[in-house]
Amino acid sequence: MKSVKTTGNTIEEAILLAVAQLGVSRDRLDIDVVEEPEKGVLGIFGRKKAVVNASIKRDKEDIAKDFLNNLFEKMGLDIDVIVKDDGDTLSIELIGDNMGLVIGYRGETLDAIQYLTSLVINKEGDAYKRVLIDTEGYRQKREETLRRLARRLANKVERTKKDIVLEPMNPYERRIIHSTLQYSSSVKTYSQGEEPYRRVVISLR
Amino acid sequence: MGELVKYIAQALVDNPEEVTVNEVEGEQSVIIELKVAPEDMGKVIGKQGRIAKAIRTVVKAAATKENKRVIVEII
Repeated sequence: MKSVKTTGNTIEEAILLAVAQLGVSRDRLDIDVVEEPEKGVLGIFGRKKAVVNASIKRDKEDIAKDFLNNLFEKMGLDIDVIVKDDGDTLSIELIGDNMGLVIGYRGETLDAIQYLTSLVINKEGDAYKRVLIDTEGYRQKREETLRRLARRLANKVERTKKDIVLEPMNPYERRIIHSTLQYSSSVKTYSQGEEPYRRVVISLR
Repeated sequence: MGELVKYIAQALVDNPEEVTVNEVEGEQSVIIELKVAPEDMGKVIGKQGRIAKAIRTVVKAAATKENKRVIVEII
């Protein structure tokens, strides 16, 4: 991390000097006041200058990359992490051998890693960024599976005239079920229960 | 495995220097006791234990590789 220590007659002056030395705008700096300025007696004795420590904030892309690289190293996995910044979302692609282990049962490990990463990068106050982690096209495949499941179960509800309660799913997966069946003329969907056991119900319209 | 838990916890909390882990080895399982500063408890547990669950899921995945059962306890 790039940082400098600067002094000035006021804190403001020291910060401006740091901005000039690091060559980035002020909002990209973390400022730590090391010493408050003191005017001293008669402006001569005991006079102290302001000292600040200024360091360039790491962007979320770097923080995510570092976090995941260290995490996989500690998990004993050899995985490449590719981070793409899409504005309000960080799209992260994982490449490696043992991806089944990283995805986990119904993607639960991938979701856990994604959740932890979003907590870590959004720890510091500035603008919230969404994190999407994918590997080997898992998200796309899962979405297709859920859409197929939704259509199949909708047919069954139509046939048997009985409601079907699906297994618990996260909000993202539930949305896929709802959106697949939203224009159906024969069934409707809603969710019931509390997170993390919230389930979609498909029932006759 | 303790180091993995410690790393994740330190990345989440405000006082990383106060994160400690203690590993208790059993025959087929390991218990990892995680301790953080009182004001950081929420940061490793989360609403309805969601963060704690995510930590356990990641640790469990890493442990499968070594055929071990790992229990993470937050104390």
